[in-house]
Amino acid sequence: MIQVRELTKFYGKKQVVGNVSVNIQRGQITSFIGPNGAGKSTLLSMVSRLLDADTGDVLIDQTNSKKMKSNDFSKRVSILKQSNYMNVRLTIRELVSFGRFPYSKGRLNDEDEKMVDQAIEYMNLKDMEDIYLDELSGGQRQRAFIAMVIAQDTDYVLLDEPLNNLDMKHSVQIMKILRRLVDELGKTVVIVLHDINFASVYSDRIVALKNGLVVKDGTTEEIIQSDSLKEIYDMDIPIQQMNNCRICVYFNS
Amino acid sequence: MKKRYLIPALIILSFVSLFVGVSSISLMDLFDFQSEETQIFLISRLPRLVAILLAGAGMSMAGLIMQQLSRNKFVSPTTAGTLDATRLGILVSMLLFANASMIEKMAVAFAFALAGTFLFMQILNRIKFKDAIFIPLVGLMFGNILSSVTTFFAYRADVIQNMSAWLQGDFSMIMKGSYELLYISVPVFIVAYIYANRFTVAGMGEDFSKNLGLKYRSIVNIGLTLVALITATVVLTVGVIPFLGLIIPNIISIFKGDHLQKTLPHTAMLGAIFLLLCDILGRVLIFPYEISISLMVGVIGSFIFLFLLFRGRAYA
Repeated sequence: MIQVRELTKFYGKKQVVGNVSVNIQRGQITSFIGPNGAGKSTLLSMVSRLLDADTGDVLIDQTNSKKMKSNDFSKRVSILKQSNYMNVRLTIRELVSFGRFPYSKGRLNDEDEKMVDQAIEYMNLKDMEDIYLDELSGGQRQRAFIAMVIAQDTDYVLLDEPLNNLDMKHSVQIMKILRRLVDELGKTVVIVLHDINFASVYSDRIVALKNGLVVKDGTTEEIIQSDSLKEIYDMDIPIQQMNNCRICVYFNS
Repeated sequence: MKKRYLIPALIILSFVSLFVGVSSISLMDLFDFQSEETQIFLISRLPRLVAILLAGAGMSMAGLIMQQLSRNKFVSPTTAGTLDATRLGILVSMLLFANASMIEKMAVAFAFALAGTFLFMQILNRIKFKDAIFIPLVGLMFGNILSSVTTFFAYRADVIQNMSAWLQGDFSMIMKGSYELLYISVPVFIVAYIYANRFTVAGMGEDFSKNLGLKYRSIVNIGLTLVALITATVVLTVGVIPFLGLIIPNIISIFKGDHLQKTLPHTAMLGAIFLLLCDILGRVLIFPYEISISLMVGVIGSFIFLFLLFRGRAYA
């Protein structure tokens, strides 16, 4: 379990994350949602130690993350940011191999090679493993990065807006993959999402932020309610039940 | 760009280089250890070849590391002010210590190269507008500012003539006893190779590196230190060789990608081959005179650079 304890972050004098405490349960998908500038990405960056918190702690399975060595931490928690690494020419296989970096420092043994193979197979990238990243489509590239995280073999996988710039088909593909990571491989996935319907359909728990504060934290059923969404987004959003999915019809509200 | 083409090319060109020159030397002459030919061979030709190989490999590797760490294919010692900072350092060492020894010059030049490169990286971090072409332009401006400072003080101290020796790369003055400093680059190559994987990861960005548990800042610092070491030794012994660190890594990147552990040896070899070729051409074209290496590399290099630019920015 990841326990976030009273995390606060200031950019200059502006508080972007204020005294946030949440628990992230193992073996679930937890989505961070909220309007722009709510502090979702900042919170995720602090949990993954990309950013130092001004105050507060993050406990990874009861261990304070500040006390963990960066190499050990990278075997427990991985993070994918939305930025593009497109100007580096690496093949898919080379990229996925770097997922083993925390274990092997680049000198892969048989065990590492096996993990890389499995990750590539798992993401159905075997037939294109020697293609350079800058020659791939957005969806393929995102799958390659997820394959790298699988090879990194961390219990916790954090993703910052993994659906950015992806079309519907690839967005669904990525979300299904994340679901499989949880259901089949027993990973714990934390995602920052913009589309509340993806959050609704695929996540187990939802944490809603607004102005740097947690305004809602609960199961998907508890959060995807018109009155909760009103509080988060200041919008009247009707909810339709379709094939066991709760769809927020926000387009004309 | 496979090793099986690069290695024979390197060997053949090395042989050609050894036997091209004003005094003709044949293989048979070398069996007579006392002959004048053997002396020329050992005092001039061999040092020249070694200097070319080390300088070519070194400058290309320096460029590769810089491009990877700055995540910009147009950054190199030429376009980031490293060369200009080194020259400023040499001037300072000449002004501070009247008869500066090679080691003193080296230390000061290295310090300036390092400071100049770090300053450029700091500027890079502050720039909001990160266009691929814009960054090397900033570097060139930065270099020119340093260069004008150098010229000003060199003029005041009346050492312009001395300074110009370091302005233009030149292998014709390389002789036994004047190039040995270049051997510093050999351990640097080894360290660079050991760190190749870390440089590749660092080239994917700070967040990416931290995710894999890499200490990003210290890797960047190590990389820039290596670059400054190589640049300082090359400028001090041979002089400024422009473009080499820009073109060679880009050519290798197009064919072999950016996985440094795989591309470092190729980059070093192609750099040595390219510099050898330029040097041989410079010696042959207006025989028995010589065209300076920086002119040759500048002319051929800028054509290749333009070609790379027009080829489209897909790989840039």
